[in-house]
Amino acid sequence: MPNSAEPTDLILLTAAQTAAAVASGMASAVEVTQAHLSRISAVDSDVRAFLHVASESALAAAAAVDKRRAAGQPPGPLAGVPLALKDVLTTADMPTTCGSKILAGWQPPYDATVTERLRRAGVVLLGKTNMDEFAMGSSTENSAFGPSHNPWDLSRVPGGSSGGSAAAVAAYEAPLAIGTDTGGSIRQPAAVCGIVGTKPTYGGSSRYGLVAFASSLDTPGPLARTVLDAALLHEVMSGHDPCDTTSVDAPVPPVVAAARQADVSGLTVGVVAEFGGDGYQPGVLARFGEAVELLEALGAKVIEVSCPHFKYALPAYYLIAPSEASSNLARFDAMRYGLRVGDDGTRSADEVMSLTREQGFGAEVKRRIMLGTYALSSGYYDAYYGKAQQVRTLICRDFDAAFEQVDVLVSPTTPTTAFPIGERADDPMAMYLADLCTIPSDLAGNVAISVPCGLATEDSLPVGLQIMAPVLADDRVYRVGAAVEAALEQRCGGPLLAHARGLAKPDGAAR
Amino acid sequence: MSITRDEVAHLARLSRLALSDAELDHFAGQLDQIIGAVARVQEVAADQIPPMTHAVPLVNVFRDDVVVPCLTPEQALSQAPAAEQHRFRVPRILAED
Repeated sequence: MPNSAEPTDLILLTAAQTAAAVASGMASAVEVTQAHLSRISAVDSDVRAFLHVASESALAAAAAVDKRRAAGQPPGPLAGVPLALKDVLTTADMPTTCGSKILAGWQPPYDATVTERLRRAGVVLLGKTNMDEFAMGSSTENSAFGPSHNPWDLSRVPGGSSGGSAAAVAAYEAPLAIGTDTGGSIRQPAAVCGIVGTKPTYGGSSRYGLVAFASSLDTPGPLARTVLDAALLHEVMSGHDPCDTTSVDAPVPPVVAAARQADVSGLTVGVVAEFGGDGYQPGVLARFGEAVELLEALGAKVIEVSCPHFKYALPAYYLIAPSEASSNLARFDAMRYGLRVGDDGTRSADEVMSLTREQGFGAEVKRRIMLGTYALSSGYYDAYYGKAQQVRTLICRDFDAAFEQVDVLVSPTTPTTAFPIGERADDPMAMYLADLCTIPSDLAGNVAISVPCGLATEDSLPVGLQIMAPVLADDRVYRVGAAVEAALEQRCGGPLLAHARGLAKPDGAAR
Repeated sequence: MSITRDEVAHLARLSRLALSDAELDHFAGQLDQIIGAVARVQEVAADQIPPMTHAVPLVNVFRDDVVVPCLTPEQALSQAPAAEQHRFRVPRILAED
C-alpha cells in the first residue's frame, strides 16, 4: 500500500486496502471518493460505464463515513469504499433505467435491499452503470443509451449484461461493483474484462428492488479486481431478506474466511467434459488447461466429469428466461410509471400501451417477449416451456451426480475473449453462445465464480476460469478462486491487471 | 417447426407491441432461427421427468399480518405519466365503437 494519499494511488488500491486506509486514517473516505470521481471524469467518456454519476451524494456519503470514524465508531469492513451499482437495482436518490428508454429518467420511490445494505455498510455509491436493456444481452450493445467499451480495448465489448459494472472496475473507476446474473451476466463480463465476478447461490442475495427479468433465475452479486474484495462485498450485500419470498433463510456462507484460506489441497476438482472443443477459442482453452494443471500442482485431485445434459442448458434457458420475461415485462404498460406514448385523447389504453412498448423497448427485449409469449401459448406450452422445465431437472441431476464425486466443477467462463462491438449485435444466436458455460448454474441455482486465468495468446485479452459449487457452498468457490489467483500472481509476478493494456493498465490509470 | 410472419404478427398483438412491417419481416426470420434452436429441448426431456419451476424448493412463505410502512400516495404517483385527483389518469379503456 502506498504511503501517501495521492489520488492516483488511491484508485489502484483494492477494496480491502481502501477500507484499511480509511479505517486507519491514512486516507479519508472523501479523498478516496474524489479520486474515483476524478478518474470517472477522465476516462468515462471513452469507457461509458456509467449512466449516472452521483458526485454530490457520493461525497456526502463519504463525509458521513469520515464523521462516524472521527466520532470513534468502528467502521465496517467496506466503509468508505466506492462502488458502481448496476442500473437495475432501485435507488431512491438516483434514476433507475435498466438501460431502457421505457424507464428513462425513472426515479424509484424506494431503495432495493442490496442498495440499502450497501449504504448501511458505509459503501459509497458512485452512480449507476450501463447494461443491456433489462439485463438481456452479453455485450451492453442492447442498452438504449449506447454500449460500454472494454477498458482493455475500447473497440470491443465489455460483456454483459453487467458490462458497465465490469468495465468500471477494470478501468479503476471503482474498486467494487454490483451486477446481476440471470444467464451469466456477472461472470461473462468479469471474464472478458479480466476481473472477478460471482453469481451467489440463488436466494442468497435479495431480489427486492431488483427490476425483474426472470424471477426464478435473477441473482445480484459482486464484481471486484480481487477474490477477497468480491468476498467482502458478497458478505455485505447478502443474507436473508423478509421482503423477498425466495430469499434463503440461512447464514451467509463464510466467504471471506474462505478467500483468505485460499487452499485447494484435499479438494477434488471436476473438469466439465462437455465444455470445450468446437466453438471455443484456442487461447481460451489453452489458459483453461493451464489453470487445471495449476490446480493439480496446488494439491487438488482433478478428474473429468461428464454432465451430458449441459448442452441442453442453452436451449432450455432461452425458453425459460423469455417466458418469465414476457410475464414480468407486462408491467411496463404506460399507466403507472415510465414512458407513455400517444395519449392524445383519441387512443384507447390498449393502443397507448402497444405504441409505448413499441417505442420504449429495443429489439432484443421485443424478441424475448415474443419468444416467451410463444413458448407459453396454449398448444406450444407442453412442447417448449414444459420440456424446458424438465431439462432444468436433468441439469440439476447432472450437478447432483457430479458433486457426489467432486467438490467443485470448472470450465472456461465463456468460449471466447471480448468480441468486437457490432460483431454479434444483430445475430441473436451468436450472442446467446457467450452464455453457453454459465447458464447451467443459473438453472440449478447454485454458486459460480469467474476468476482471471491469463491472456489468450492470439489477442492478448483476458480469459476467465469458472468455478461452480453446490447450493449454499459459496465459500468453496472463493477458496478455490483465491488459490488460483495467488498461484497465478506468483507465477506472473503480479496480478493479471498489472499486465493489462489500454485503460485497464495501472500506469495508464496513474497517468 | 417454423414460425410464419403472420404468427409473429399475432405474437406481437398478444405482447402489446405495435411492430412496424419492417420489424415483422426482420423478427420473423430471427424468431424462426431461435425457435428451431431451442426446440432441441424436445430431444431429451422424457415424459416421466418432473418439471422444475424454481431453483429453491419453495413452500408458502408467510409473514405476520401487521401494518408496515408503505408508499404515500404522493410517492406512488410521483412517477406517473399522468395523475389526476390523487389517482393515475389513464386513457379510455373501451373503444369508441
